[in-house]
Amino acid sequence: MSPAYEAAMNMEPAPENRLFADAGPDRPAGTATGAPRAAGGVEPKLRVRDLNAWYGSNHALRHVSLTVPPRSVMAAIGPSGCGKSTFLRCLNRMHELVPGARAEGTLLIDGQDLLGRDVDPVSLRRRVGMVFQRPNPFPTMSIRDNVAAGLKLNRIGGNHDEIVERTLKQAALWDEVKDRLGASALSLSGGQQQRLCIARALAVEPEVLLMDEPASALDPIATAKIEDLIHELKERYTIVIVTHNMQQAARVSDQTAFFYMGELVEVGPTERIFTNPGEQRTEDYVTGKFG
Amino acid sequence: MGPQIHTDKVYEAELARLRERLLEMGGKVEAGMVAAVRALTERDSALAERVKEQDREVNRMEVEIDEMCRRLLALRQPAASDLRFITTALKIVVDLERMGDLAVNVAERALQLNQSPPVKPIHDLGPLAELSYGQLEKALDAFVERDVHKAEEVIQGDDVLDALYLKVFNELLTYMMEDSRVVRRATNVMFAAKQLERFGDHAINVAEMVVYMVRGTDVRHPHSREVPPIT
Repeated sequence: MSPAYEAAMNMEPAPENRLFADAGPDRPAGTATGAPRAAGGVEPKLRVRDLNAWYGSNHALRHVSLTVPPRSVMAAIGPSGCGKSTFLRCLNRMHELVPGARAEGTLLIDGQDLLGRDVDPVSLRRRVGMVFQRPNPFPTMSIRDNVAAGLKLNRIGGNHDEIVERTLKQAALWDEVKDRLGASALSLSGGQQQRLCIARALAVEPEVLLMDEPASALDPIATAKIEDLIHELKERYTIVIVTHNMQQAARVSDQTAFFYMGELVEVGPTERIFTNPGEQRTEDYVTGKFG
Repeated sequence: MGPQIHTDKVYEAELARLRERLLEMGGKVEAGMVAAVRALTERDSALAERVKEQDREVNRMEVEIDEMCRRLLALRQPAASDLRFITTALKIVVDLERMGDLAVNVAERALQLNQSPPVKPIHDLGPLAELSYGQLEKALDAFVERDVHKAEEVIQGDDVLDALYLKVFNELLTYMMEDSRVVRRATNVMFAAKQLERFGDHAINVAEMVVYMVRGTDVRHPHSREVPPIT
């Protein structure tokens, strides 16, 4: 998938086909379901219940249920094809953009159902932002316009220059670009471009940030900056990150979810998953005994 | 998908090598204490000298195993059971090295004692010595077989070991009270007995780490955990 295509998918209105079949017509959008509280008394930010996803007849994600507490980082790990990216893409309904793909299940944010048929995927994606594997700034736009793109698309008013500055600061990029906001986004390094994409995602003030291998195309220093940024961002946002890099999952996340062959095998505190996992398949994966 | 070997065969071999070296070291330490006690009971000074000599190899192995562990931690970033195995190795290597020193201490007492006439109740060291190196042997078996049950038996064996040591202690004390001329010699035997008791204590440390390695639960100092921390 080209960066431009991914960017377009993130920003443009989705087709009208509604793929989350269990959101029946009698269930209005944004219905509070009175979800029970998670352990510890903290209401989860994200609650996923019996999520299933298909590509045609291929059942790619099977009966996934989990919760993510607010202002925390959950890492999804697992071998290629395990369903972790599909899981991530279901969370902002990007999965349904793939021809022949569909998903069923319940996705609640703050107890509100986001898969109701009246939910506009674009407004959902304003609440649930996404950062992709390869930095995908809009190539013909300036740094400033890249950050403001989502504001314009969503017709968000206010002082855009202030928002651009604030989000570039949040993305730890401001000091590096403040003197050349009009320059092309492509004049930035790969790591800077990725932080620009994070700033673009943050500009519309999402509540949840999805990151799909956000550092896999970056060198170790740029990776460390992204990871450091994740630590800062979780003060304000709930983050779900997909990564092939287990050390990265161990470094940045509070909870780790291990997926294998479309199933959620185990989810738990990251420290436990990496020191004493409960499932043999998790043990085999984190110790490198697969394949 | 059952228990598998590591996809990276070099890593698998490195872990296997670490396990082998630890066992070799444990075997040498056990043999050292067996020989030291024999040097004492059979009044064999040449054997005692050999125990001292062979402890250098144990010391070298401690350094080597430490280095292997550091290398694995740095280059492989181990997780889960691998991480627990390597951290266990780092801990028990310290106990094993110390146990080697205890064997040297016994050998040195043997060299002292062999210069004077035998002390009568020296044979009473037998049960204490047998249990002491039996504890290490069982702890090493538990390590190889990843057998928590066996490790727990070692931990529970501590009371018996302490009782045997106390028995030897009291016998020697009585003996010294009866005849003050044997005080120096009996003290040397008592010192050797203390080394055996400590040897068993270190075997318990090894067994506790085996429980951690296998189960991921830390069973050390259960009584200290009941006490709230001092604020």
